[in-house]
This record gives sequence, C-alpha cells and structure tokens, in this order.
Amino acid sequence: MCTTCGCGDETNTRVSTLDGTQPILEHQHPHEHEHPHPHEHPHTHEHPHTHEHQPVTITLEQNLLAKNDLLAARNRGWLAGRGIRALNVMSSPGAGKTTLLVRTLTDLGGQLQAGVIEGDQETSLDADRIRAVGRPVIQINTGAGCHLDADMLQRGLDALDPQPGSTVFVENVGNLVCPALFDLGETAKVVIISVTEGDDKPQKYPHMFMAADLVIVNKSDLLPYVDFDVDDCLRQIRQINPRADFLVLSATTGDGLAAWYDWLDGSTSRSDSLTESLSDAH
Amino acid sequence: MHELSITQSLVYAVLECTGERPVTGVNLRIGPLSGVLPDAMRFCFDIVSAGTSLAGAQLKIDEPKGQARCRSCGTEFELEDLILLCPCGSADVEVLSGRELMVMSVEVA
Ligand SMILES: Nc1nc2c(ncn2[C@@H]2O[C@H](COP(=O)(O)OP(=O)(O)O)[C@@H](O)[C@H]2O)c(=O)[nH]1
Ligand SMILES: [Mg+2]
Ligand SMILES: [Zn+2]
Ligand SMILES: [Zn+2]
Ligand SMILES: [Zn+2]
Ligand SMILES: [Zn+2]
Ligand SMILES: [Zn+2]
Repeated sequence: MCTTCGCGDETNTRVSTLDGTQPILEHQHPHEHEHPHPHEHPHTHEHPHTHEHQPVTITLEQNLLAKNDLLAARNRGWLAGRGIRALNVMSSPGAGKTTLLVRTLTDLGGQLQAGVIEGDQETSLDADRIRAVGRPVIQINTGAGCHLDADMLQRGLDALDPQPGSTVFVENVGNLVCPALFDLGETAKVVIISVTEGDDKPQKYPHMFMAADLVIVNKSDLLPYVDFDVDDCLRQIRQINPRADFLVLSATTGDGLAAWYDWLDGSTSRSDSLTESLSDAH
Repeated sequence: MHELSITQSLVYAVLECTGERPVTGVNLRIGPLSGVLPDAMRFCFDIVSAGTSLAGAQLKIDEPKGQARCRSCGTEFELEDLILLCPCGSADVEVLSGRELMVMSVEVA
C-alpha cells in the first residue's frame, strides 16, 4: 500500500518501457482523489460550550466501481477511435495464457499486427517470452494487487503506443475472482481454463464466466489423462452465460488453434458492432 | 482481495462529499451478484477508514435479493446465486437486479 496516502493504488504499480529495461511511472498519483485528512474544526472558537453539530444524512447513491468504470469508458473510446482491439485474457495461474499468446504471435506472424500488455504481480518473465518472439510488449507489475484496473490499462496503452487498427492482447493477473469485476474498457474478455484444473471452474467462479465473450479450454492434449468432462463444462457455462463462444484447444500441440485464429479473424469485424452497441447503450 | 480496493474507492467517494465532517454511518447496498462479499467489506472498512474522518463509522449493508425475468416464459423469479435458470428450464434469462454495489448514503455529525 502507498505510504504517502494509503490509497487504493495499493501497490506501487510499475509499468515497464517497451525495451523492458526499467520501470517508468512509479506510483505517481495519476488518479483524482482527495487524500483523507484528520477531522479538524474549521472554526476558531473555544470549546467550553457544548454545541451539537446537527447529524445529517447525505444521499450519495453512487456505484463503488464508478471511477474505474469511467476510466474504462475512456479507454474504450480511445481504442475505438483508433480502431484498436484489446482482448483481456484471464485465467488461473498456469492455465496457459502466455503460452497461447506466444504461439499465436508466432503462428500468425505478419498476418496479425499485435502488441501485448502483461500483468503480473512480480517479475517480467512473461514479457520476456513475448519480446523473444519480436513483438512489442509492456510489463505491468501490480505488486500486491491481484488484478489490472482501467487506470493501469491506460498507462500500459500509453507506454505500448499501439498502431491504429492493431490488436492488443492484455494478459491479466492470474486470478479468476476480481479481474471479472474491473472493466478495463477492453473489446472482449477471453477466459481460459485448462483441463488439469477440473471441470467445475465455471460453477466455482461464476462472475468470471458470466463476463466472458469467449471461453477457451486449453491443454486438450491432456484430456486422456485427467477427469475433465468438456460437455459438462460447457453445460455449466451455458447456465450462467448463454452467449459466450467456446473453444477447446492445445496451445502446445496446436490442436484446435485454427478455430481460435478464425475467432480472432471474425472478432475484428465484430468489434465494430460491439463498440456500436456499447455506445448505443449510453 | 478486491474488496480492499473497492473499500478504498468507498472511503474516497465518501470523503469527496463529506470533506472533513466526521462520518458516523455509511449505508451500502450490495447485491448477491455483485461479486463482493459483505463480510470482507466490513473487515476492510475498519482497516481503510482508520485515520480518516470515517474512522469508527457504522457500516450498514443492505443485501437485497436478485431478481430475474425469463425471456422464454416471462416468469419473474428470485436469484439465489449466479445460476441463471428459470423454473421452466430455460437459461435465457434477463437479470433485473442483484448486481448493485452502491454507497447509498452517509450520516455525518
Ligand atoms: N500439456 C500442455 N501444457 C501446456 C499447454 N499450454 C500451456 N501449457 C503449460 O502450462 C504451463 C503454464 O503455462 P503459462 O502459459 O505460463 O500459463 P499462464 O500463467 O496462464 O500464463 C507451462 O508449463 C506451459 O508449458 C497445453 O496446451 N498443453
Ligand atoms: Mg503468464
Ligand atoms: Zn498513494
Ligand atoms: Zn493516492
Ligand atoms: Zn465546535
Ligand atoms: Zn484483485
Ligand atoms: Zn421460464
């Protein structure tokens, strides 16, 4: 937690430069909030008398995620204005997010103009894996923070400076709980589960699956060795999210990847209608 | 624990409005589909409010039930959790309420 203000930017978020050398933007208070002050009496009077300050109820009726949602809306506009598609990729640690991204960037080569924003609590290992395949990448270290928020994505986009019309993969912090609550302003949410995690994940983490635009079951090469019922998993997802797309693949053997590449292809045009429907709603 | 950052948003939202006046009560509404656990909010609130004009304020949390409407048969029903299934068997269900994550009002001295 920030010792200056104890603010919700708990964590000394660090955003790397494109060459990965050094973190820029140490916690700098880009957010607009008042720091708390101890209560002091503004008036200058002696206190031998007892006056009651009248108790008052003040109505707020404000969404607690309003600030993040506002920043997310700003990101969404920024992305739409440049025709950039941002895909928020979420999973438990180790489900295969980085492996799938590395494989995708390698396989598609020049067909897909893309950059990556890597979210991890510590280390830049994942960013190094992306950089090794020659793509621009920004590492965001969230420290104690367990998710990316819209403010962090904005800082990541500033540092990445993606080309108009390109794709930005955002690898969120490995966690199936709170990344679902923090809208980043992304074009679509991609949730990955691996067959080694068990097929009850959708039931255990319904918020994540409810928010998903695409659910990927990864590590299908291991299906013969584990007790994972793909149909049952899909049935659970349908119960909480009837509209999500669903793919089964192996990021290491390449099995099923063609459908993922088709999805990436299709969602380029889809992103237009998505942005439209979002702006219609507002 | 995302309740920590959400509680911090809460404290700042309140301070923005109350300034330096001591806050004695904070009223929240947290729906069952909000993804936030009321108990975790209570726990975080004591930590986050310490040293501010919200310290010691009573946190009251209204926990309304969720409501949904079936698009197939039109029935409205209560949501216990995130399993969106109409008694008729259809999963084509519209969530009417339950996602609330709101600060409703505060009491200042
Ligand atoms: N067998 C198998 N292993 C995989 C597959 N995809 C990823 N892995 C392995 O799973 C581990 C975690 O992968 P990683 O991409 O780092 O996961 P992340 O934490 O979600 O980014 C690594 O050892 C990968 O080699 C797959 O499709 N099949
Ligand atoms: Mg990774
Ligand atoms: Zn700070
Ligand atoms: Zn601050
Ligand atoms: Zn006085
Ligand atoms: Zn979190
Ligand atoms: Zn029905």
